[in-house]
Amino acid sequence: MQRDGEVFVVELTQFSGPLDLLLSLIRDEQIDIQDIPVARIAEQFLARISTLALDEAADYLEMAARLVRIKAQLLLPRREGDELWEDPRAELVRRLLEYQQVREVVDILEQRSDARRNRFARAYLPQNFSSPAPPAASLLLSLPELFAAVDRVLRLAKKPTVHDVVPRALDVDGAIATVRAVLALRARARWSDMITSDAEPWQVLSVLLALLELAKRGELRLEQTRPFGSVEISGDSASEAA
Amino acid sequence: MIALAKLLEAALFSSAHPVAVADLKAMAADGEITGDDVNAALQELRRHYDEDGHGVELIEVAGGWQILTRPEYTETIERAQLAARPQRLSAAALETLAIIAYRQPIGRAEIEDIRGVGAGQMLKSLHERELIEVVGRGEGMGRPLLYGTTPGFLEQFALRHLGELPRADELAVALRDPDAPPTAPPAPPPLLPPPADDQAPREPAAPVTVDSESPYADAEN
Repeated sequence: MQRDGEVFVVELTQFSGPLDLLLSLIRDEQIDIQDIPVARIAEQFLARISTLALDEAADYLEMAARLVRIKAQLLLPRREGDELWEDPRAELVRRLLEYQQVREVVDILEQRSDARRNRFARAYLPQNFSSPAPPAASLLLSLPELFAAVDRVLRLAKKPTVHDVVPRALDVDGAIATVRAVLALRARARWSDMITSDAEPWQVLSVLLALLELAKRGELRLEQTRPFGSVEISGDSASEAA
Repeated sequence: MIALAKLLEAALFSSAHPVAVADLKAMAADGEITGDDVNAALQELRRHYDEDGHGVELIEVAGGWQILTRPEYTETIERAQLAARPQRLSAAALETLAIIAYRQPIGRAEIEDIRGVGAGQMLKSLHERELIEVVGRGEGMGRPLLYGTTPGFLEQFALRHLGELPRADELAVALRDPDAPPTAPPAPPPLLPPPADDQAPREPAAPVTVDSESPYADAEN
């Protein structure tokens, strides 16, 4: 049941929350919890939380704001014998008393937990203990038997199938020559003129790259009259002239 | 020792967790054996451990019985690395557990209100440690999860049942202030409402496991 839950062991501050801090201030000052001098306590509270990191201060800031508000409410003038006046500290007092009660229960739980911690149950195994490795089973085999077994396994194992990987580099230069030859015979050509129907992928790619390369160099023009229509390839007249 | 006591000893010895009287009785596989017989045998076993001088003792906890080592040997056992004491819980964790134990079933918002601190991460940790569990969903916005304590909580805090915790009005801090001015806001309910009558003097507020139906209750009555 126990894990290395650091949340439990490491307290970021010595206080478990704003109410804890507040109670500690009240205790230090030996103040009657029913009659808290809010102005003084609020000041000390703010001084204490100024040392906290921002993310842990959020809960404390809320309490600080509450204290400042109560302080302000106490400063408001009120008529003598105003029956509707409520002590703005009442809610805080209630929460502090409630929290004190929680702390008292915590003390009881702590005592009980300590009593239990000092007793071990049967098969008690903290979960952060690594379980021991299983004992090695003894082999009922002689060394020759073991070798024979290995030999059998190796003989049974299939020979690995070896694939030959043939490099098929693209032949763009060859394709360029082909395209030039075709264009030398015809002014306009189509894709299908450049490539045989049984061309392999590397040949198709080579021709494609050759066409793009030649178009870039300005030796030919590529035209497509409509989307997905066939591409017209025509030799550039300027380059022909050259 | 009578045969039944020996059987119970063997059963409790083999278990890492408390065993309920009902389970012990079922194990005896003899229709004649009653819960009273089991309890008598348990008492005999306990006397045997206590009076004859044994390194273990028989403890009643979490609605069952458990054999535990005696505290005087803890340090020696730990030094020999045969077992290790679990880590203590932080004050924040104990506060959260205390609130849940008294107010269950209780939602996160109420816990945060009492402690004045966000409780999300803490609830997750306590849940992972199987000290609390989700016991239902509350009414209202988002139907918040309600938490309660587990048998593991009772076990870890050596409680037979939740009623063993003092009632709220038995605590030193009286929540209701008799001197409070009449204009003060109405006093909130105490952590644990006092029982409606004397019929259920130590029953916890929440409908939680234990007590009236637990085999342990039979043992005490």
